[in-house]
Amino acid sequence: MSRVNAIDKKAIPNRLRNPVSRVLRSWEFLLFTVGVLIFLLNTQASPYFLDPWNLSDATFNFTEKAMIAFAMALVIISGEIDLSVASIIALVSTCMGFAVQLGFDTPALVLIALAVGAACGAFNGLLVAGLGLPSIVVTIGTLSLFRGIAYIVLGDQAYSGYPESFAFFGQGYVWWVITFEIVLFAIIAILFYVLLHRTSFGRSTMAIGNNPTAALFSGIRVSRVKFILFVLTGIMSAVAAICLTSRLGSTRPSIAVGWELEIVTMVVLGGVNILGGSGTIPGVVIAAIVMGMVTFGLGLLNVPGIVMSIFIGLLLIGVIALPIVIQRTKQRVAR
Amino acid sequence: MKKITSLLAATFLGGTLAMSSAHADDMRIALVVKALGIGFFEAAAKGAEEAAAELGGVEIIYTGPTDTTAEGQIEVINSLIAQKVDAIAISANDQDALVPALKKAMQRGITVISWDSGVAAEGRLMHLNPSSNPLIGNMIVKMAADHLPEGGDVAVLSASATATNQNIWIEEMNKVVGNYEGINVVATVYGDDLSDKSYREAQGLMSSHPDLKAIIAPTSVGIVAAAQAVTDAGKAGEILVTGLGLPSEMAAHVDSGASKSFAIWNPIDLGYAATMISYNLAKGEAKAMAGGDIGMGRLGAVTLSDSLDGAMADPFVYDASNINDFKEIF
Repeated sequence: MSRVNAIDKKAIPNRLRNPVSRVLRSWEFLLFTVGVLIFLLNTQASPYFLDPWNLSDATFNFTEKAMIAFAMALVIISGEIDLSVASIIALVSTCMGFAVQLGFDTPALVLIALAVGAACGAFNGLLVAGLGLPSIVVTIGTLSLFRGIAYIVLGDQAYSGYPESFAFFGQGYVWWVITFEIVLFAIIAILFYVLLHRTSFGRSTMAIGNNPTAALFSGIRVSRVKFILFVLTGIMSAVAAICLTSRLGSTRPSIAVGWELEIVTMVVLGGVNILGGSGTIPGVVIAAIVMGMVTFGLGLLNVPGIVMSIFIGLLLIGVIALPIVIQRTKQRVAR
Repeated sequence: MKKITSLLAATFLGGTLAMSSAHADDMRIALVVKALGIGFFEAAAKGAEEAAAELGGVEIIYTGPTDTTAEGQIEVINSLIAQKVDAIAISANDQDALVPALKKAMQRGITVISWDSGVAAEGRLMHLNPSSNPLIGNMIVKMAADHLPEGGDVAVLSASATATNQNIWIEEMNKVVGNYEGINVVATVYGDDLSDKSYREAQGLMSSHPDLKAIIAPTSVGIVAAAQAVTDAGKAGEILVTGLGLPSEMAAHVDSGASKSFAIWNPIDLGYAATMISYNLAKGEAKAMAGGDIGMGRLGAVTLSDSLDGAMADPFVYDASNINDFKEIF
């Protein structure tokens, strides 16, 4: 009898938690607390951490990846995934390098990059949304395909000689220590926040991730939304490619190798359900900053990269497991 | 739960504080490698530590990314700039992409040199090559001549006909071959750096030149294939195999006698020299300028060319006396 009551109490609470308590219990708040903790640890661990220029340099550890992570978040929320993003960067960068050899200037390079990125995204989108193929298979294929083209064009060579004005995207400062990239990161974050949380397109994306069939019968044009999401991811990969190429000042086919996994990690750490249906942009923003701070803080202590990967992995597992462990414990206590 | 986290935080804090306050006054030299966990670079780090012990008051920061990417090295460079290290000695994954980051390091007063794998001139003060083309060209024929006191026919098994490095080395070899009395280069064949093709070319050399005394293979693929072909033909010890190879791959052939000696750079010396040069430049005891000399401790001095690079030494010769120490390393 008492057990039934306990379950009833859980299922239909007498009243909702008040807003403050809801915020305190949210994923974003947990992640934010972890972020603050890591920030404090970093300031204590290294005397070099709290330096405006150093913090400014540190933002490069996450800005470019985060730009893609926002689009990736929407794709994952819709129940799909795009593993070809890093290869799109390679192909876009190669096309820009090729255009430089033909004498194109900065504005043309940006347009070419966005066009190539959109085309790559559209190719993924057609295969996934048009033919209904599973996105993980399609994008593992295009992961090899796009980078393969870059390797055929470049081999062991490199493109360099980008125009002076092109360097601003990845090396320019808007004001004092505020880089162009961090401003762009903020603008893109706001745009994606509006898109996901304030438009019907965003609601459709969530609905599709929760139940594509139900979404279809509710009048949502499922394949069109998915197609647009892949094109969007392609375009964001192109934006990241512009920033990264500008920062490096050259293109090699091995550019951004392995980024797709770091980007997916960022999205999942940000509280996006890997199975689709839920997630927030603020969560991804915080996750990006946390990951950037962790790698930079450990870098200051000269922790080898492989230990850093272990740390990021543990952080991911820890942050995901913690709420579940807490809930299990509570249920046990309630019994 | 909370108690555990705060306890963890406290230990983490305590540990790192102790770590960062240890060597406050030392000169800090960062040895940045292509990726961690590669035997060749671990050996270079050993050399760097040796130099640091000899100099005293030097702390070596041995670091690098997990995989051989330019982006990974840039993150490492940024964190080294932030730590205000005194010098960065880097083996680059990309000669162009690292330039902006290394330029920034130099602007902030850090001494930057490249070694092993170079950076474009504007991204470093100088570059240290493990050896030079003339030194390599001379060494490969010298190793053959040393074991052939009466001279004899030798043949070259190269990589592909278009391989830039090998062609330069063979050209340099042909310039000096007259200095070695009785040594006749009778043929040059190409195995394209493929094991099976190199093996067949080596067999071909043995049948078409019955008086062949040595095969010189200035490629790590070719030398192994040639040694195998000689062994399989039962001529180990009769036909000498030499050239450029890796100790780990050649150890068995040195044991069997197919190869008496071969050469390649010594990574320990390379790390040692890079550290010594970084120290001298950062201390202001030497300047990186064309024609200038920079001291390298026990290895003498390196003379810089017009493009501000220099060669460390002759390729290091590996034979039965030292192969066992190095075969574990690379």
